[in-house]
Amino acid sequence: MSVLVRLVDLTRTFDVSPPWLNRVLEGRPRVLLKAVEGVSLDIRRGETLGLVGESGCGKSTVARLIVGLHAPTRGRVEYGGVVLAGEGAVAAEAAKRRQARRSMQMIFQDPYASLNPRWRVADIVAEPLVTQDEALPRNQIAERVDRLLVQVGLAAADGAKYPHQFSGGQRQRISIARALATEPAFLVCDEPTSALDVSVQAQVLNLMRDLQRRMGLTYLFISHNLAVVHHIADRVGVMYLGRIVELAPTARLFGDPQHPYTRMLLDAVPDLRMTGAPRVAVAGEVPNPLDPPTGCAFHPRCPHANERCRREVPTLKACAVDGEVACHAVDDGRLPPRAVPTLVA
Amino acid sequence: MQGVPILSVDRLRVEFPTRRGTLVAVHDASFEIARGEVLGVVGESGAGKSVTGAAVIGLIDPPGRIAGGEVRLDGVRIDNLPNERMRKVRGREIGAVFQDPLTSLNPLYTIGRQIVETIRTHLPMGEADARRRAVALLEEVGIPAADRRIDHYPHQFSGGMRQRVVIALALAAKPKLIIADEPTTALDVSIQAQIIQLLKRLCRDHATAVMLVTHDMGVIAETADRVAVMYAGRIVEIGPVADVIHRPRHPYTVGLMGSIPSIGATVERLTQIDGTMPRLDAVPAGCAYHPRCPHAFDRCRRERPELVPAGRTSAACWLADVTAGVPA
Repeated sequence: MSVLVRLVDLTRTFDVSPPWLNRVLEGRPRVLLKAVEGVSLDIRRGETLGLVGESGCGKSTVARLIVGLHAPTRGRVEYGGVVLAGEGAVAAEAAKRRQARRSMQMIFQDPYASLNPRWRVADIVAEPLVTQDEALPRNQIAERVDRLLVQVGLAAADGAKYPHQFSGGQRQRISIARALATEPAFLVCDEPTSALDVSVQAQVLNLMRDLQRRMGLTYLFISHNLAVVHHIADRVGVMYLGRIVELAPTARLFGDPQHPYTRMLLDAVPDLRMTGAPRVAVAGEVPNPLDPPTGCAFHPRCPHANERCRREVPTLKACAVDGEVACHAVDDGRLPPRAVPTLVA
Repeated sequence: MQGVPILSVDRLRVEFPTRRGTLVAVHDASFEIARGEVLGVVGESGAGKSVTGAAVIGLIDPPGRIAGGEVRLDGVRIDNLPNERMRKVRGREIGAVFQDPLTSLNPLYTIGRQIVETIRTHLPMGEADARRRAVALLEEVGIPAADRRIDHYPHQFSGGMRQRVVIALALAAKPKLIIADEPTTALDVSIQAQIIQLLKRLCRDHATAVMLVTHDMGVIAETADRVAVMYAGRIVEIGPVADVIHRPRHPYTVGLMGSIPSIGATVERLTQIDGTMPRLDAVPAGCAYHPRCPHAFDRCRRERPELVPAGRTSAACWLADVTAGVPA
C-alpha cells in the first residue's frame, strides 16, 4: 500500500510561560510544554491508523497538526508527497497544498459543540462545498447534500431541521456527512464516539467502516478507548507524553504488546471477560508534561527500568516481532515475556 | 444474601413535572443491596440510573419528586424524611462519590479541613482525633505522605488522587452504603483501574454496600456482584453479574453486550441496536423497547412485561416469560 500521510520528526511546543511582567518581577522562567515530540509515522492509503494514549499524551495535538490547526515547531507533515506544513513547505507548492487540504477533513469528539445550533443541517453539510467552490449552482449543492445525508443513514428531509432536533448519534452522523461533503480521501477522527452511548457508538463505528469500504477512505482514528481502537484500526500507535512508544499491526499490538506502557494499558482495561478475576494494580500516574522525567518518560512507572532508561531517551526501532517499539529493555533483550492475566470464561 | 438488606428499594417512582406534562424518570424500580455487596446499575444516558441513585440519597432537585414507592436503609424508611433529618443520613449513613471529583471538593479549603469537618459533623470526636482519623483515611485510600498532603488544597492533587480524597470523604463517617455515580468516567484507564480496585477493597474491608451507577459495562463486570440494567426508566434485567453478561435474557441486554467492542474478540461488525432510547415524553406503549427489538411481537406492543425470575436473573420480557432463553 502506498503512503498517503507521512509525519517526519513532528514536534510541537507550546509556550505556557507566566506573563512577561511576572517573569521580570518575580524572576520566573519561560515554561515550554512539549506536547508532541519527534513523531514520525506513515499512514497508508486505505488503512485505519489508531492512535491511543491517556489524556495529555499529545494525540489530539497530532491530529491538529495534520489538518493544519496547529503549525509544527519542528519536523513536517506530508500528504501524498506534498509537504503541507513545517520544514520543506515551499511557497511554489501553495496551490498543491490547497488541493491536498481539501482532500482531508476532521470529525470532532463533541457533536453538540461542533455543529452551529443556528444553522439548518443542510447548510451545515453544504458549507464545505460552498467554501470550496463558490460558483457551484444551488440545485447541485442541494442534490449533493441530500445524497450525503442518505449516505450516513439520515433522510434527505432531515436537512431542513436544526441540530437540536437530533440525538448525539444522529449529530455525529451529520458531522460525518459534512466531513464527506468535499469527497475527501483522508479523515482525521478525534475521539468520534467518546461522547456517545455504547449502542449508538456501535452504529457510528459500523457506519464509519461501511463508508471506508465503499469509498476507500483512509482514517486516522484517535481514541483513549482501547477496545474501540482494537475494533476499528488496522495498525495502532501508542503515545506517552508526546512520543510514540509502540506502533504495530492491531493483532500484534493487542496480542503480544512489547512496550511496558502498552502492557500496562492493556492490563488496566476493564473487560467483560474479567468478571471476578483479580488484576495487577497499575502504579503511578502520568507525570507532569511540564517537567517530564529524564531518559525514557515512562521509567518512573516501569518495572523494568534501569540506569540506561533514566539517562537515555529510547528511539522507535523495528522489533523482533512485527512493528516498532521505543524501549531500552526490548532493545537490550532483557524484557520478560508478558504475564497474561488469567481469564474467566 | 443474609438478613436484612442494607438498602431496599421498593417500587420507586420519580417524577419531574414540566409544562408539557409529568415525566416519569424512574418507574417501579425495586432492588436490594446486601451488606458488603456491590450492585451495578447500568444503562445509557437518560435511562434513569443516576436519578435512581439521587432518589436513594434524597438529592432529587425540585420540582422533581419521589412520587411513589419506598426506600429503606437497614430497615428504616428514609424516602419520606424531612430535609433536616435526611441531611444527617447523608454523610453519616450514606456516602456519595460523583463523577467529577472537583465538584465534590471545596477549592477554598484544604482537604484536611473538609474531611475533619465531615468527621466531626457525624461522629463525636475532638479536633485532634478527627485529624488523626483523616490521616488514617487518606492513607487507606492510598495517598502517599498523607500526614503532609492533608494540608494541601484540591488543586494540588491530580484527578486520580482527588477521586481518592472524595472516596476518603465518603467513608469518613463509616457509612453503611456508598452511592458511586460514574466514579471512574472522568479518569484515564490506568487510574480508573486503580480506583475500581480501591472501591472494591474498601467495601470488602468495611462490609459497606455499594450502589455503582455507570454506563461502562467493563467497570461493572470487574466490580459488581449483581447488576441491574435500566432502559427508559425501568429495570429490564437484574441478576448476578456473570449471568447477565454471559447469558443475558432481555433483548436489550443482549444488544448492549454485542455493541461493546471487546479486545478479546475480533468482529467485522458490532451488533447494532438501531434507533435510540425514547425520550421520556414519548415512551412507547407496551414494552418500551419494542420499536428497537428484533424479536418484538404483538403482545410486546400492547402489554408491558413485568420482571419475572428466570433462573438466577429476572428479566422484563415476554420472551423470557414464555421460553427459557432469548434467541441472540
